[in-house]
Amino acid sequence: MKMFRIIGRSIRDAFKSVFRNFSLSMASILCATITLLVVGISLIIAGNIDNATKSLEKELNIVVYLDKSATEYDAMELKSKIEAIANVEKVEYKSKESWKSEMSEYNPSFGTVFENYEDNPLLDSFVVTVNNSKSLDKVTKQIRELELIESANYGEDTVNTMVSVFDVVKKTTIVVLIALIFVTAFLISNTIKLTIYSRRSEIEIMRLVGGSNAAIKLPFVFEGFVIGLLGSIIPIIVIVYGYIIAFERLDGHIITDIIKLISPYNFVFIIAGIIALLGALIGMFGSLRAVRKYLKV
Amino acid sequence: MKFIELKNVNKTYSTGVTALADLSVEIEKGEFVFVIGHTASGKSTFIKMLYREEKPTKGSVIVGGVNVAKLRNRKVYKLRRKIGVVFQDFKLLPKLTVYENVAFALECLGLKAKDIKPKVMKAIEIVGLKEKTRSFPHQLSGGEQQRVCIARAIVNEPKLLICDEPTGNLDPETSKEIMKVISNINKDLKTTVIMATHDKEIVNRMKKRVLLIEHGVLTGDYLKGSYKSHENV
Repeated sequence: MKMFRIIGRSIRDAFKSVFRNFSLSMASILCATITLLVVGISLIIAGNIDNATKSLEKELNIVVYLDKSATEYDAMELKSKIEAIANVEKVEYKSKESWKSEMSEYNPSFGTVFENYEDNPLLDSFVVTVNNSKSLDKVTKQIRELELIESANYGEDTVNTMVSVFDVVKKTTIVVLIALIFVTAFLISNTIKLTIYSRRSEIEIMRLVGGSNAAIKLPFVFEGFVIGLLGSIIPIIVIVYGYIIAFERLDGHIITDIIKLISPYNFVFIIAGIIALLGALIGMFGSLRAVRKYLKV
Repeated sequence: MKFIELKNVNKTYSTGVTALADLSVEIEKGEFVFVIGHTASGKSTFIKMLYREEKPTKGSVIVGGVNVAKLRNRKVYKLRRKIGVVFQDFKLLPKLTVYENVAFALECLGLKAKDIKPKVMKAIEIVGLKEKTRSFPHQLSGGEQQRVCIARAIVNEPKLLICDEPTGNLDPETSKEIMKVISNINKDLKTTVIMATHDKEIVNRMKKRVLLIEHGVLTGDYLKGSYKSHENV
């Protein structure tokens, strides 16, 4: 019961003191606003980079041509063999006949060329999709080992370079993001420390009149929470509306049609939630760190 | 067992300065004791040890049956709840009113609001500030601010009232009034009072027990002492 009373009072005092020490609280709130805005924008960029690389990776696949002697029955058997290889997501069969009609449709001059042949000169094929671009090479090699395979290719060098570039880009975004979150935590908690420094006499008096450590820490922890949360309001508004507007203006893609932006609904709200949570948590822990310094006991 | 018992207490700071050397003293419940001595004589360290702001390097400090020297950091607050402290610089919270400053001590302890009010009003009445409950510290005179500090110190009805130069910032007339308040608390509430002071006039007039500390050593313990017996201090 006593603990609940202390918690209740701490929440009340937290709000009171944010407004009583308004100029100092404002400094902490502004610091949180600016840093969280930077973090939010970075989250948006990182999310989109991740999305773009993933969707580009999905476009990567292996084209397998079957030997001329392969029958339709062989093709079906090969299909199930390929499907059994690890990391293979999908195998699409495309017979030489469907290639022929597709090509003729695309350009009638192909049709004229094909008429000169007695047999269909094309080969039956599979388009193999893998679930992980890094396994392209391994899967291709395994397919080549199978019988009745004329060739299996995925664009080797270009694709390998692309995959490693994506890898570097993804890792860099994660490192930058983590570093940014640390910097934000450091900046916000230091500003809050300054706010609390000016109130160390309050902490000293609380200690001298016999306030338990928990009773002393709680109001400051809640205050940090409130400051962090207030600091996240502007970044959330800017990011939610900013992204929705940017998405509409850019028609959902950037630079080329291939690089698609993540659809704003859900995505911006998740980012908003992350920002609010980050602000509140950093505020709380920042305050706790600062109070501990003056608690001594 | 005596209420306060210091046995062979030594205190050496990390800088190498020895503040107290082999100090032993006993104080009974309900006593009124002055602690006098030069600046840097060790009397502040002595006072701070009683409410565990400082820990002895050697020896034991027993307050109300508890060995303060061995008290864990986490438990210190329990000791402080039994002790009221009055400071030379009042240490009031500038943004709280008189009532709020006094109630603050009880709120820290997690008391119910309906229990807090009568206790606070009683403490404010004892120090004679009933008319100023809604004033802020900056609207009060030095003497009035010290009264608020005393009210805050006694609001939880402590067994021990520690006063560290309570009249140091006040004029002689106001000092007299403050001493009257503290003396009444000692008499009426049977609170043990230990007071560090430089104020010769007060010590001479009150004729209470006097402990003289010089260079960290207890050199005098006079039952009805005064500054006259050691004019050089």
